[in-house]
Amino acid sequence: MKKTGAEILMESLKLEGVDTLFGFPGGAVLNIYDTLSRYSEEIRHILVRHEQGAVHAADGYARSSGKVGVCLVTSGPGATNAVTGIATAYMDSVPLVVFTGQVPTMLIGNDAFQEADIVGITRPCTKHNYLVKEVKDLALIIKQAFHLARTGRPGPVLVDLPKDVVAATNDFSYPTKIKMRSYNPTYQGHPMQIKRAVKLIAKAQKPLIYAGGGVILANASKELTALAQKFSIPVTTTLMGLGGFPGTSPLFLGMLGMHGTYQANMAVTNCDLLMAVGARFDDRVTGKVEEFSPHSTKIHVDIDPTSISKNVMVDIPIVGDARNVLKAMLKYFEEEPAQDWGKLRSEWLKQVGDWAKMSPLNYKSDGSCIKPQFVIQKIDELAKALVGDNFIITTEVGQNQMWTAQFFTFTRPRTLITSGGLGTMGYGFPAAIGAQVAFPEKLVIDIAGDGSFQMNIQELATAVQYRLPVKVAVLNNHCLGMVRQWQQLFCGQRYSQTIFEVLPDFVKLAEAYGAVGLRATKPEEVEPVIREALATKRPVVMDFVVDSQECVYPMVPAGSALTEMLLV
Amino acid sequence: MRHVISVLVDNEPGVLSRISGLFSGRGFNIESLNVAETLDPTISRMTLVTQGNDQIIEQIIKQLNKLVNVIKVLDLTGSDYVEREMALVKVSANTSSRAEILRIVEIFRGRVVDVSQKSYTLEVTGDEKKIQAVIDLLSPIGIMEIVRTGKVAITRARKNGSGPAEAREKETNNRR
Repeated sequence: MKKTGAEILMESLKLEGVDTLFGFPGGAVLNIYDTLSRYSEEIRHILVRHEQGAVHAADGYARSSGKVGVCLVTSGPGATNAVTGIATAYMDSVPLVVFTGQVPTMLIGNDAFQEADIVGITRPCTKHNYLVKEVKDLALIIKQAFHLARTGRPGPVLVDLPKDVVAATNDFSYPTKIKMRSYNPTYQGHPMQIKRAVKLIAKAQKPLIYAGGGVILANASKELTALAQKFSIPVTTTLMGLGGFPGTSPLFLGMLGMHGTYQANMAVTNCDLLMAVGARFDDRVTGKVEEFSPHSTKIHVDIDPTSISKNVMVDIPIVGDARNVLKAMLKYFEEEPAQDWGKLRSEWLKQVGDWAKMSPLNYKSDGSCIKPQFVIQKIDELAKALVGDNFIITTEVGQNQMWTAQFFTFTRPRTLITSGGLGTMGYGFPAAIGAQVAFPEKLVIDIAGDGSFQMNIQELATAVQYRLPVKVAVLNNHCLGMVRQWQQLFCGQRYSQTIFEVLPDFVKLAEAYGAVGLRATKPEEVEPVIREALATKRPVVMDFVVDSQECVYPMVPAGSALTEMLLV
Repeated sequence: MRHVISVLVDNEPGVLSRISGLFSGRGFNIESLNVAETLDPTISRMTLVTQGNDQIIEQIIKQLNKLVNVIKVLDLTGSDYVEREMALVKVSANTSSRAEILRIVEIFRGRVVDVSQKSYTLEVTGDEKKIQAVIDLLSPIGIMEIVRTGKVAITRARKNGSGPAEAREKETNNRR
């Protein structure tokens, strides 16, 4: 029996195991939504309030669950609204498939109503994209889209669906196997390279592992932890790598880079061997590239060859899946002569420990006002006391994000969800909604700033509609804190357009949406507010009125060497 | 250093813009670009000339390989290959210069493909040096218009046996 393009789409989604769609309807996707209503038993649709929210929610769903996130939006403005979400997912290698409506094929290029060349617009921010020209190609393209999104270095794939194509009919058969002659990711690292790396690690006096988001994407946390522990190698992670290595381990040095710990930045500068795993030597990590880890031999494990020797030249490149490569390393280590690794590296480990003591993460408080770091420490304490490991933290972008990275201890992968590469304000709240959809039983908290939260605040309606008990902790400093901090340090305290003269009353606003609003203005109110929020089975917005002058420290000014840290 | 890179791609709409977008988006420069179908009509060959230090060329090759529509990338520079470019040159020709133009054409084994009372249009094929030499000689006479194809290149066959010479295929590290 022949099926319409819309039916083919639904059947294909079912076969890909998709049970949740995030989207927003419109003229060009009318038929798809009409068909979707007949599939409501099998495919749940979450109606967001802005297309950017749909993509971020699908992204949060994907990062928390490891599955492919799927969205459906209409043509023109629907598609362009999705672009920020797509670019966010692209920078952080998140597997998404985004379906956009398009005007009928005969109108394409005619400046039709709600037409945008979304394939052209998203070409540089998708892993790949497709314009489906004929219904007969639809099933294969969907198959390829999911394959591309989830394999190799994951990423978003966009499929543009002209209205006449989804209305046309064709026989439906979904390809079971797929082979693309021009796409063959390398999963196994080169054995010789891995052996060379192992020999170097075994010999190194002062080794350091620098782990990134690739460890989490590749589900390589267990192997990474085993390698580090067995051979007494300290570990620092990027923002994206937090949770990929237990934050409670004595070998963990915290995050490195611009707002990294003193310990991590000193270790990376002084190590004699640096092994990067699933990280890409981002400028926020390296600081001044010429002075980044100047004395080390560098090993780089990454599934994407373009990441290797892009910013920093490495000595031993290993292209492959992080989990496979680390497994192979553990195996080849068996062939090395046994040693007391802890003893071999005792001097280095002591040195690293001394750095931690010299300048631990810290903030000053006289108890007169709420310090944002204190709020995060309290959330950490109370959330873990209540649910153990069953939580997911998302963040917005800016100071709230950096303080979360510093003061919340992550011990498991996929417990921190944050926009690292693109740094998208407004990401955290819809991402929290997506994570809560994926894990209805988990405690999901968005640690937010007053600036970022307002960028997708309309999604409160989504959270209320679907009874998603997401908690938002607004660290309300009445300003765009991170930019204000830069202006304080680098622009002679000229606070150009960073102080909010008008802010909504977040408590009343939450209530207006049908959520719960709570406020703390004094340090002693912080704990009761968090306790009440955690006990509430509805969406809650906590408005913490915090010190507006607080800065994130340590800080390496952009373009400086990692050792040039401004400390508290 | 200048590199001649040969790229096999899916013969599909939009592929050229993916390639050119890659170059413009990352600040790489394309000096010339040539695209045509291969014997397999589903595959096109692009020959592009670009410039950069080793690190940039390495990135270009890796980034090209990363594109889903790219099947194979060959950096011909440093290997044994033949390159050709064609130029069509319209030269102003008056009674005193006509003979000189024809002599130059003959020396460079070019051809006259169009003629009018005031001009000759010449076809010249060769490597870059030869094209440049022709242009240098014709310039004083008066070039009115010039159209160049950009380079096409192919690896040389082995002289002692069969099969193409080994081009420097940066394959090992560049496949995804």
